Formats: sequence, C-alpha cells, structure tokens
Amino acid sequence: MSLLEIRSISKSFGDNRAVDDVSLTIRAGELLGLIGSNGAGKTTLVNLISGFFPADHGQLVFDGRDITRQTVNERIRAGIARSFQLVNLFDQLTVLDNIALTIFAREGKTRHLMALAATDGAVYREALDILGQFSLEAKAGMLAGAIAQGERKLLDVAVAYTLRPRLLFLDEPTSGVSSREKAPIMDIVTSIVRSQRITAVIIEHDMDVVFRYSERIVAMHQGKILAEGTPDEIRRNEQVTANLLGAQPA
Amino acid sequence: MTSPAAPRERPLTPRKLLAAGLGLVVLLALPTVLPTFQTLQVSYGLIFGIAALGFNLLLGYTGLLSFGHSAFFGAGAYMAAFLVKYAGVTSMEAFLAAGVLAAFATAAVFGVVCVRYTRIFFSILALALSQVLWSLALKLFWVTGGTDGLRVPTPTLLAGALAPAADKTAFLVHRYYYYVLAVFVLAVAVMWVILHSPFGTALQAIRDNEVRAEFVGVQVRRYRYVAFLVSGAFTGLAGALWVPLNGLTTPDILYWPFSGKIVFMAVLGGFRTFWGPIVGAIVFNYLETWAVGFTVYWQLVLGLILVALVLAMPTGLAGTASLLAARLWRR
Repeated sequence: MSLLEIRSISKSFGDNRAVDDVSLTIRAGELLGLIGSNGAGKTTLVNLISGFFPADHGQLVFDGRDITRQTVNERIRAGIARSFQLVNLFDQLTVLDNIALTIFAREGKTRHLMALAATDGAVYREALDILGQFSLEAKAGMLAGAIAQGERKLLDVAVAYTLRPRLLFLDEPTSGVSSREKAPIMDIVTSIVRSQRITAVIIEHDMDVVFRYSERIVAMHQGKILAEGTPDEIRRNEQVTANLLGAQPA
Repeated sequence: MTSPAAPRERPLTPRKLLAAGLGLVVLLALPTVLPTFQTLQVSYGLIFGIAALGFNLLLGYTGLLSFGHSAFFGAGAYMAAFLVKYAGVTSMEAFLAAGVLAAFATAAVFGVVCVRYTRIFFSILALALSQVLWSLALKLFWVTGGTDGLRVPTPTLLAGALAPAADKTAFLVHRYYYYVLAVFVLAVAVMWVILHSPFGTALQAIRDNEVRAEFVGVQVRRYRYVAFLVSGAFTGLAGALWVPLNGLTTPDILYWPFSGKIVFMAVLGGFRTFWGPIVGAIVFNYLETWAVGFTVYWQLVLGLILVALVLAMPTGLAGTASLLAARLWRR
C-alpha cells in the first residue's frame, strides 16, 4: 500500500534542474534507501516533500490527500517528519529540552504562556523515555551544542521521531561521524523505526550503510531517478554501477 | 554536567528563591535608609528594569535586536499624559492600563511589518517605525505639546485609596516607591513564568534555530509576533510608571537614543540571563545620573565607562557575577 505518491515533481534553481520530473511511490512500512552522488537531487527531493520549499511542477499525495500546497506545519500534522544532513538542533537548550519542546509543539502546548513547562511531568517523562530509546538519557542535562557529533546525529533523529511521524526522512544520519560510530547509530535508529512501524527513507552517501539497512533502494542521478529495486537489484544494475557505485560494495 | 556557559536559566532553586527574597527585603528597606535622591534613583532603575526585561524577551530569548523600543515606552508615557490632559483622569491604575494598551496596540501595528524580518532588517525597521512616532509627537504640538511635552501630576494610587500628599517628594519616595516596587515584582514574576513556559522554550528554540523550530511545528512568525506584543506591553507599562515620577513627557523618550539606552541596559547587565537587564538598568541609570553631575562632557565619560565595562565583561554584569559565583562554588 502506498503512503506517499510523488507525481512528476520538478524543481529548478535558475538554470539548474535539481529535481527533474520525478515520480516515485513510497510504500507504507518500508525502509527505503535514497542514493546518488552530490547534486543528484536527493536532499532537494526531501526538501520538496517536507515543505522546505515549493515544487515548480508536480503533485504530492500523502495517504490519499494532496499535500502539494500544504505548509510545513500541516505536513508535520499529517505525519511527515525529517532529520537534517547538517545537524539542526537547539544548541543552547538541553538535550532533554530539545525533546520536551518538540513534545510541547506536537501537543499544541507551546501556545501556553502562563504555565511552567517544568511542571508538565507527562511531557518530561515521555522526553526521558525517548532519550532512553536513543541511548541519550545520560546526556539529558547537557546543552545540545556540547555533546559529541554522533550523539548530535542521534538527537537530530530523536527530535524528528518525537513528532510521531508516519513517514520519516533521515537525511544522511551518519555523515560526519567516525566509521566506528555508524553501525551503532544505524542499529538504534532502524530498530526504533521498525519496532514502531514507521515508514522511513534513508538518504545516504555511505553505500555500506544504505545496502545494509534498506529494504528497497532508489538511485538518483542529475535530478532523475536512475533505478529502483532491492539492494541486490541495485547492486547488479549496470547504470547505477557506472554512474554511482564504481566498485560494488562488499 | 551542564556547561557553565549555559545561557538558559535553571528552574527556580531554593538558593535562587532565597536570593530573590533577600533582594526584595533590601528593596523594601531602601527608602528607610537611603536619602531621598537615591530612593528616586532606585525607582527610576526599577522602572527601566521593567522596560529592559520586556526588551530582553526579544533580544535574549527570541534573538531579535530591536532599536525601536522607545516607541512602546513613549506610547505608555504619552497615553498617561493624554488621560490627564484630555480626560482629567489621575488614577495610576488607569495610567497603567491605558499605557499597556497603547504600547500593545503600537506593537500590534509595528509587529505586522517587523517580525517578517530578522537581524539588521528587523532592527532597522523597528528603529524607523519608532521614529515615525517621534516625529508625530514633535509635529502634532497642539495634541502632544511638541518639544515642551505634557505635564503629568502626581496620581492617586490604588483606585483613589492613596491620594497624592502635599509634599510631592515624600509621596514619590514612599508611597510611589512601594507602588513601583509592587508593579516591578509582579512584572518580574509574570516575565519569569512566560520565559519558563512552553511558549518561552519555543522562543528560545526560534532564537537557536528557526529552521528546526519550524520543522518541529513551531509557527515561527506567529510566535515572534506574540513575543513582540508582550515585549511592547512590558515596555509600555514601564513608560506609564515612569511619567508620574518624571512629571513630564517629551518627544525625547520617543527618539532613537532612548531605544539605544534600553539596548545598552540589557547588554551591560547581560542579555543572556534573566536578571541581567534589570541589573543593567539600575546600574546604567546610576552611571548616567553620576556622569551628568560630574562633567558637562558626561556623554563622553559615560560612553568610555560603558565601553570599558562591556569589553571587560562581555557576558555583562550578571553574567560575570554568575561565572564568578560558579567558580567560587567549585572551590
């Protein structure tokens, strides 16, 4: 069953056609890998779906509803969340408050001016529980700007996960971390995503990560979809090998 | 362990409550130990403290530097003066209500334009709009009194329960001082709750990272607008409190250097802390008063002192005091 249908979507920046007439179906419950070289249009596609900027042409249908013209907030309410390629956190808030704020926003409580945030026990219990799932509970009292890069990457995903999305975009969840940290991060993230039956899209440069954790892979090149299929099919695809993979991953 | 440079206030601890309680006791006792002139200076300091607190909701907690807060202070002050001149009202509660409403309405209009922008564009727009009010106060002299301004007599307090005394100075340093102190305590408490509410956390998130704030569902522009309204209302409250103490309002308080003073109060005290702008307001007022009495070149002296203080203490007086206290505590 499809959760998101991308229909002939395009986006240009000046003369550069970043996403060129892309059509794609994302199925409910799958863990999809999105690969491509720099400038292939992966992050632009995620930006279009999450509402970061509008598409020039095309249509986005999420769970049967046209979301093409919806605002970021409306898409979040519909169940679309994302993490960011470059870690995007509230650096001067604590790790706990990064999550607590997201819960307050999700519940519509950020409109409350005359209620002390700290007295909302349910919010902070849930925030601690989420930090526990991401192995970040020991960092709860630290400023988000003061924790290690790998932890920041996890927190970035945890913030998006806190919104209880049905479709979660993970934009390069292991970029900028050491190769030793990549597998533990991905193990935590994918186990949460699978246990909660969240449809997830992993956008990654690291082919080892994508081929290991994805159930289906979409390869992009120069704004278009080059190929899609299972990891094995993508690995054997000559166009993908020629344009993206070079030497096949082990 | 949390970084010592954490700019966010920790929840109220017993030690902080004790410190606040001691501070309040000192403020309550001041009129009995200080000379008249000094007590008046404390009143001015507390009033400017409310204005700086309102201003800092934008600078310290939302990341917006306004160079237009003279407009809200002036709106509060002029509205009180209009009540006296055109309605014969001398009730302080009416001054406060009308002053806050006038500043709120001014912020509601200015905010529609200003909160669409950030950084220098926001600052300059706020400054430009505030100068519209200044020029109106200057040119519409048949309404505003022009450069002569409008006089405001000593008001009645607590719905007329406390009438002005024959000795105006005695009234100002006792009854009016305690009235100002009560409003100050209430304003500080309300602002403290706002900053520690989910809304306050959302503002700090906007300050840190507006893109991510949008992507967790915070409607950035709407929240900035509400912060702008609250900030304006607090500054208007200060303006309405200030005008009976000063006895006169002139276009000077709508002119941009007055906005600069409010900015400096927050920076001097430390805009990364809750108490910093209040400390900065009291110290700035004292420094300015001292410098004016010291030399005719008081602006030069005041400027040099302030530059030296800011360079020596980049986190402001309160920020530096917090760091020193943390260091002493660790020993």
